[in-house]
Amino acid sequence: MNKMILTEAKLFLREPGGPIFAILLPLALLLGLGSIPGFQEASAELGGQRVIDTQLPGMMVILSVVTMALTALPAVLVTYRESGVLRRMSTTPVGPARLLVAQVVNNVAVAVVATALLIGLGNLLLGVAAPRNLPAFLGVFLLGSASVFGLGLLIAALAPSAKSAPGIGSLLMFPLLFVAGMWIPRELLPDLVRRIGDFLPLAPFAQALRDTWAGHAPQPLHLAVMAATVLVTGVLATRFFRWE
Amino acid sequence: MRVIEVGNLRKRYRDRLAVDDVSFTVEEGEIFGVLGPNGAGKTTTVECVAGLRVPDAGTVKVLGGLSGAELREKLGVQLQSSAMPAKIKVWEALDLYASFYRMPANWITLMERVGLADKRDTPYAKLSGGQKQRLSIALALVGNPRVVILDELTTGLDPQARRDTWELIERIREDGVTVLLVTHFMEEAERLCDRIALIDSGRVVAVDSPAGLVARLDRSQRVRFRPSRPFDDAVLTALAEVDGVRHDGDRVEVTGSGDLLLAVTTALASAGVVPADLRVEQATLDDAFLALTGKKISE
Repeated sequence: MNKMILTEAKLFLREPGGPIFAILLPLALLLGLGSIPGFQEASAELGGQRVIDTQLPGMMVILSVVTMALTALPAVLVTYRESGVLRRMSTTPVGPARLLVAQVVNNVAVAVVATALLIGLGNLLLGVAAPRNLPAFLGVFLLGSASVFGLGLLIAALAPSAKSAPGIGSLLMFPLLFVAGMWIPRELLPDLVRRIGDFLPLAPFAQALRDTWAGHAPQPLHLAVMAATVLVTGVLATRFFRWE
Repeated sequence: MRVIEVGNLRKRYRDRLAVDDVSFTVEEGEIFGVLGPNGAGKTTTVECVAGLRVPDAGTVKVLGGLSGAELREKLGVQLQSSAMPAKIKVWEALDLYASFYRMPANWITLMERVGLADKRDTPYAKLSGGQKQRLSIALALVGNPRVVILDELTTGLDPQARRDTWELIERIREDGVTVLLVTHFMEEAERLCDRIALIDSGRVVAVDSPAGLVARLDRSQRVRFRPSRPFDDAVLTALAEVDGVRHDGDRVEVTGSGDLLLAVTTALASAGVVPADLRVEQATLDDAFLALTGKKISE
């Protein structure tokens, strides 16, 4: 298994476009937008928080996870299915499921690196406080990532071709990011939109990250929605995944 | 010892019957060919043997009835439309696949044997068709299998690469590995296989050695010549080896079996006829397939 993860990691780094994008884009956005003076002032609309306190860094964490889970992962897996890599694996005693695991591990690793850099450099360069409720933050990161990667595996299971996989990922990504507060903070979204978002995969993840970042406990509803997403996408992806 | 036993195999896909009724057994240490035209059900048959597809009916028994990971530990498989990731290097692929097995072969030796030692650091996507096939064979062998399935492995190769691959398969057999070879190339089957199952439209038409299949033809040989002077056909039709005599312009075509050439030339000599432009045509597997099914295997 270790050799498999290592080999996949090497292959992964030979086409570094995806990982670099998933790490550098959120980081550049955080540091770029974070230096806008207006974002460094307490805002009444955010309940007295500054934009750079939790809104901006939280959404950037989401952006890196989503990039890996919804576009990078399905693209590789569908390519593997299409070209017969998974078929070849299924003739060995190990079977192709290990390859899926190795891919998920590598993609999650990139999201973890991106998150660590966002927290570290945000703190160092912008004075953004590190997550105050760190254990809860890590738990939310894990659960939320599992839900988004579950969705990514489901896309990989259902996408008809390697060309269409990233497209389907992006198509899902933008509305989900919108209700999660990517462009307009959730506090400023219309009630109905925010309420709908509560029950979709991404917004609970974003809100829970921000809550724990600020030192609060995550809302039970959000944890429940994330857990349900893990379950549903996991079952559906297992049901519909084709090895060839 | 019977290494593979297939009995009354049947497999239907949603819209068509791929395998209707296929039975054969493969003995230890032989190269057994599954030969037939495209779409005859060859690949589906071996996919069932490899445990990659579940047959609708019939039995498949490999190495006394192994299945799952135990089967794949002992059975090497090289299938059509299977590949490696584009950027994986030759040595990485072999090293990775060796790690899947309990008692793998030494992949460095294997890499040398298939002639890829100088391509060690070349990514998969940069290999030629023949090199990809050789890597594919090496990957099928890296687990030290007792049986190996090779599906259409010389399709798309140039003649030289094809001959190299054939030599490689002969060496695999010398190591005592049983080979199940799927092909639609007659020449390949004739050269490599100890026995062949001829398959057409999902059914086994015949199982025999290549020579045995050809010998099933009534007229397995044809002798053609231009006689120096007219002669009575009875000179030839009286011979036990001769089945028929046909005139085609100034040429004569004699069909028959056994030591046909010797019998014909001797008879002609004693009749004082000199055969010019003398030619012997041996029947091929293609002729045998044509006679058995009314179709040609390959164009």
